[in-house]
Amino acid sequence: MARTIFEKHSPGRRGFTLPENDVDYRLDDCLPQKYLREEDVHLPEVSELDVMRHFIELSHRNHFIEKGFYPLGSCTMKYNPKINETLVRNPGFNFLHPHQDEDTVQGALELLYELQRDLAEISGFAQVTLQPVAGAQGEFTGLKIIRAYHESKGNHHKTRIILPDSAHGTNPASVVLTGYDVVEIKSNARGMVDIEALKKAVDENTAGFMLTNPNTLGIFETQIREIAEIIHRVDGLIYMDGANFNALLGIVRPGEIGFDIMHYNLHKTFSTPHGGGGPGSGPIGVRNDLVPFLPTPLIGKKGNQYFLDYGHQKTSFGNVHSFYGNFLVNVRAYIYIKMLGAPGMRRISENAVINANYLMKKLADLFYIPHQDIFCMHEFVASGKWQKEKFGIRTLDIAKRILDKGHHAPTIYFPLIVPEALMIEPTETESKETLDDFINSMREIAAECESNPDIVKQAPLHTPVRRVDDTRAVRELDVKFTW
Amino acid sequence: MPFISNTDKERQEMLQAIGVKNFHDLLVNIPEEFLYKELCCLEPGYSELEITRKIKSLAARNLSLEQVNSFLGGGIYDHFIPAAVDHIIQRPEFHSAYTPYQAEVSQGTLQYIYEYQTMICDLTGMEISNAGMYDGASATAEAILMAARKTGKYRAVLSGLINPCYRDVIRSYTEGIGIELVYSSARDGVTDYINLRDLCNSSTACVVVQSPNFLGYIEDMEKVRDTVREKGSPLFIAVVDPISLAILKPPGTYAADIAVGEGQALGNFPNYGGPLFGFLATRMELARTMPGRIVGATVDVEGKRAYALTLQAREQHIRREKATSNICSNQALCNLAATVYLSLLGKRGLQEVARQCLSKAHYLAGRITQLKGFQMVATAPFFKEFAISTTISPGIIIKKLKERKIFPGIDLERFGFNRTLLIAVTEKKRKTDLDELVSALQEVQNG
Repeated sequence: MARTIFEKHSPGRRGFTLPENDVDYRLDDCLPQKYLREEDVHLPEVSELDVMRHFIELSHRNHFIEKGFYPLGSCTMKYNPKINETLVRNPGFNFLHPHQDEDTVQGALELLYELQRDLAEISGFAQVTLQPVAGAQGEFTGLKIIRAYHESKGNHHKTRIILPDSAHGTNPASVVLTGYDVVEIKSNARGMVDIEALKKAVDENTAGFMLTNPNTLGIFETQIREIAEIIHRVDGLIYMDGANFNALLGIVRPGEIGFDIMHYNLHKTFSTPHGGGGPGSGPIGVRNDLVPFLPTPLIGKKGNQYFLDYGHQKTSFGNVHSFYGNFLVNVRAYIYIKMLGAPGMRRISENAVINANYLMKKLADLFYIPHQDIFCMHEFVASGKWQKEKFGIRTLDIAKRILDKGHHAPTIYFPLIVPEALMIEPTETESKETLDDFINSMREIAAECESNPDIVKQAPLHTPVRRVDDTRAVRELDVKFTW
Repeated sequence: MPFISNTDKERQEMLQAIGVKNFHDLLVNIPEEFLYKELCCLEPGYSELEITRKIKSLAARNLSLEQVNSFLGGGIYDHFIPAAVDHIIQRPEFHSAYTPYQAEVSQGTLQYIYEYQTMICDLTGMEISNAGMYDGASATAEAILMAARKTGKYRAVLSGLINPCYRDVIRSYTEGIGIELVYSSARDGVTDYINLRDLCNSSTACVVVQSPNFLGYIEDMEKVRDTVREKGSPLFIAVVDPISLAILKPPGTYAADIAVGEGQALGNFPNYGGPLFGFLATRMELARTMPGRIVGATVDVEGKRAYALTLQAREQHIRREKATSNICSNQALCNLAATVYLSLLGKRGLQEVARQCLSKAHYLAGRITQLKGFQMVATAPFFKEFAISTTISPGIIIKKLKERKIFPGIDLERFGFNRTLLIAVTEKKRKTDLDELVSALQEVQNG
């Protein structure tokens, strides 16, 4: 157990010093007493070494990509190149202030301008905003654009957004935040959009349709043309959740096959680190006639000068960020795109798809895989259904046992339409040896389910802590340390 | 190909194991007409050496705050960051980990978030903090959504002196569910408290006041509290600067219901405005209406102390369209930077930073207002930032001083304050830096 930093407190100990204050103004001269804090702020007093030891100790209690395989479906846990980290740590980037004049940030604007263009090129859209700082904020931005589009046309009767039951939870949550109603339709037996169900759900009130493609089962939605026709017939827009874009680089350009809007997850597809939960970046690409509704500013270019383009301010729906999005995350994605280039883009997706199909094939005799008759794209969904039926072992137990084998667990219990789901995404950066090693672990676990089910039910045994009681975390809520 | 492990030979072996001849065979599910037959129009791949050159040359075309004497603020501040902060946040154990859903192998992330929550509670005087938001703007917007959820009312009364960069974001987040936003007027550099009170009515969900406000002046939050109590107790949302809380009264002491703000100043560089992070803390009674992640302490099956995400029934991955927010991340690494920063500075360090900001800002304000043509816009007390009115257009001052590598502040014209310059001072400024600005301003004034 790691003690908290507060338990390392020793009064008077210092981890930081400032130079002497060289101007002579006293607190009491500056501020009336009534504004001043009465008690000292409560923070630990520790040395720099105490701090380093503490956080290094914590770091040892995490799984991370450089330590081992991270097959989290829908999360695209690919390797994060170190060159990104080195190059962003440049005062010419991290010591820029958002209120600086444009002529003092020409390098930054050029980079952002090119990133807008490259992302648009890769996806086949007309323009891209780099403002949304996360995938969920990207979805929200896309939905605001749908709303602005309908308002501009006087489509005030449009109140509904349709989405399939395999959608990410953020989709319906973003729809509600935009003020639309959610209409959920069932997927068909093959895990894809049920065209008949869609037709039934669509009417004049339909504002748009959100679809993840490849969908959350890792299957490419073949009937995009039909879907687009159905939605466009009532003047609805189709939004693509780009969480799974790692499958399509250089293979399919969503902007050319019927999608009107899409968000990118730069922290998935374009290698920027997940950071334990952020910062990410969720830019949006749109077709030509939707450009006027994008947030402001875009990055523009006139002659050799780059500038913050507020030209469409009157038609823009507004903003989701005070400035230009997660700039330093965008710099990392830019580096990655430039290093891979066009052939590299395609190679990423090819290898991501090959790795996923290889794993699916090799695991098919060990675990139930509902849609193995269809080649998957970059990920697939297996299920612990057999193990549950035969041995009473849940997918949660299997996931915890995977941790014991030194891998991170796949995404579990999602999508909701597959019972006991194990959603597996290997990514292109993993080698065949790593995949084989994972396959071996899964074989061992499948065997243990039969021969020694208790060890699986008790897992994990070899992690920094054993199975964590999260019901107690809710029941006896303890969200801050008392010291 | 960089960062792709398998060789062509291994690729072929895998295709064979799958039972296809070539990659194209795996795409049978994609209609042929959808396949993109060309290569995207991107530059050919750069080697690591080439991209290093390219990126350095782009960075060199920016004028960084390290090369100038800068007084830019307006919500984003250049405070000093001890080296140890970056050493921790670039550890791959933290930066290449995912969201801590598998608690048993994420105790490192979970524990620092718990420590972060504790520090935010201690700074703000609140009872519960979440794991962080995208930035100060979205944190403020989500606080208003919380208030609407809690009260069932759909009118928010805001001080006209909250950061204008937040306004548009707040509108984006609140208009969809029909929240009416009303802004009060200002008086002598602070909120017009009478106007604020008059704008409140029985359908008001919350009152939002920022202190120090956008012009740098400290609001009388106790007066705001009394106003709120007089008007049927809408929730009181305080937008605060975390550094100022080392010396200023924290929101908990003036009975704020929700405390939010921009956290960048705590251990994060200005980053051209992103990444940033927002903090959001509240009273326990409002815990279940909060957006975002929350970490709780618990035990493992052996009774050992452990941490886990908690109150997840509020969140989108469980509750979908009934969730309290669509947020599905925090800005974890930025929160980590803040946690390490606050650990290093400790009680004394943070107090000293705040005091130096305060005294240096007051020294500078005193010197500038002795010059002809410059006046404080108000007599209210201020912390590390202050607005001055100028006789010469701030645009001209900024342009002239840029040649001398001084960024004197933000021209507030585009925010509706004519001939007004917003000047921020952090502990990084030496007396000589402050004096340099004063003499440069004097020269501009003298023509």
